[in-house]
Amino acid sequence: MMESIRITTPLTDEVVAELRVGQHVYINGNIYCARDSTHEKWFRHLDQGMITDLAVAGHIVYYAGPSPTKAGKVIGACGPTTSSRMDKYLPRLMELGLKGTIGKGSRSPEVVQAMIKYKAVYFAAVGGIAALIDKSIVGSRVVAFPDLGAEALYQLVVKDFPVIVANDIYGGDIYAEEISKYALD
Amino acid sequence: MREVSGIKTISADRIKEVVAELCQAANYQLDCDMVDAFKEAVGKEVSPLGREILQQMIMNAEIAGKGEVPLCQDTGFAVVFLELGQNVHIVDGYLYDAVNEGVREGYRELRKSIVRNPLTRKENTRDNTPAVIHVKVVPGDKLKITLMPKGGGGENTSGVKMLKPSDGVDGVKKFILDLVKAARGNPCPPILVGVGIGGTIEKAALLAKESLLRPMGERSKIPDVAVLEEDLLEKINRTGIGPQGLGGRITALSVNIEIFPAHIASLPVAVNINCHVHRQKSIVL
Repeated sequence: MMESIRITTPLTDEVVAELRVGQHVYINGNIYCARDSTHEKWFRHLDQGMITDLAVAGHIVYYAGPSPTKAGKVIGACGPTTSSRMDKYLPRLMELGLKGTIGKGSRSPEVVQAMIKYKAVYFAAVGGIAALIDKSIVGSRVVAFPDLGAEALYQLVVKDFPVIVANDIYGGDIYAEEISKYALD
Repeated sequence: MREVSGIKTISADRIKEVVAELCQAANYQLDCDMVDAFKEAVGKEVSPLGREILQQMIMNAEIAGKGEVPLCQDTGFAVVFLELGQNVHIVDGYLYDAVNEGVREGYRELRKSIVRNPLTRKENTRDNTPAVIHVKVVPGDKLKITLMPKGGGGENTSGVKMLKPSDGVDGVKKFILDLVKAARGNPCPPILVGVGIGGTIEKAALLAKESLLRPMGERSKIPDVAVLEEDLLEKINRTGIGPQGLGGRITALSVNIEIFPAHIASLPVAVNINCHVHRQKSIVL
């Protein structure tokens, strides 16, 4: 049983190289919430020259769209959404230096290959346990696209945010490995 | 509510008020039978990670029940089932407006997850309306309102197919199993699998969703269908998908099948998946 590891963003290639599929990881520092419309707008602004640099090098994107923040809280409910919907955008983000993504569910074979090529990791967070992971999010602010509501680009400050390495840079894939391990027939 | 010659009057305001309450209750209070299902699943799950995840789901329900953070950030499309007694008279407003106003009010602090135009996707409706409303007229003088907040994950892995009669039960089983296998972890297992068989394409789809309203653990009253439910549940749990698709033997908690008479040329099968945050609350007026 691998030891769990605590990491802090931004991530270096050295840290990413230590991570192995199935490892429990506790993430600290800043992560960036972006999902369907966030990515669409991000890329449209980049391609139309409205922004010149997405500034993602070393960072982690968290596929999530939070519920409204209540008085006295730092964020609403903020668990992961299904990552495969954002597969189309990930190779380009990794080419720009993105080092990690957090979400739920498996990625496409093309994206898995791109993660090996660009040395970036995919972390699985358990979906539907927003109340339980609430305490791991200690700060938040909207960085861009406030008009997108729950799909705005948020910066979250996290403390020991619990995830599991789903895809490492060596081709390890937790979904492929574990499902076949427990399949009967 | 006053009764005048067998007619029960219900005001739109009352409907709005109770719908708002249901929105809150459904998103914070997971039904005990779901928590019991998770506890039973922990006992059956052989994957250590799978058991850990199921325990987290139990703890999540406990924390969310305190009312500060909802069970899940995807507080869903407001799917509302109305069983309208044919002796009920709605006054002081239009029934559908009352339901939508109740959703608007009930979702003030919950996530606004609806975009106006599915093609352009540019404008969030900002109040989580419109609700999707299904009305059934029934005998009597009561109005039963059930809210099922329906998240995107389960919906996105759902499907309908018009099979041929010659495809038979084996064809039905194959469609359902292939759909669940393709979905893997995306619908946040352990899932509930609602199935509608027969009718027309939209009837089958509605039956699949209605089947999710059944109390946990309740099997079809038709013996052959109950056997099919158990058989499919066992086959789904042999796929190895497990909690969150991270491997294990608890992939689904229940398979619920509703059947309806079919056209001699058709065998429609609809599957509506729900995630483990299976939310429904009802009230009878």
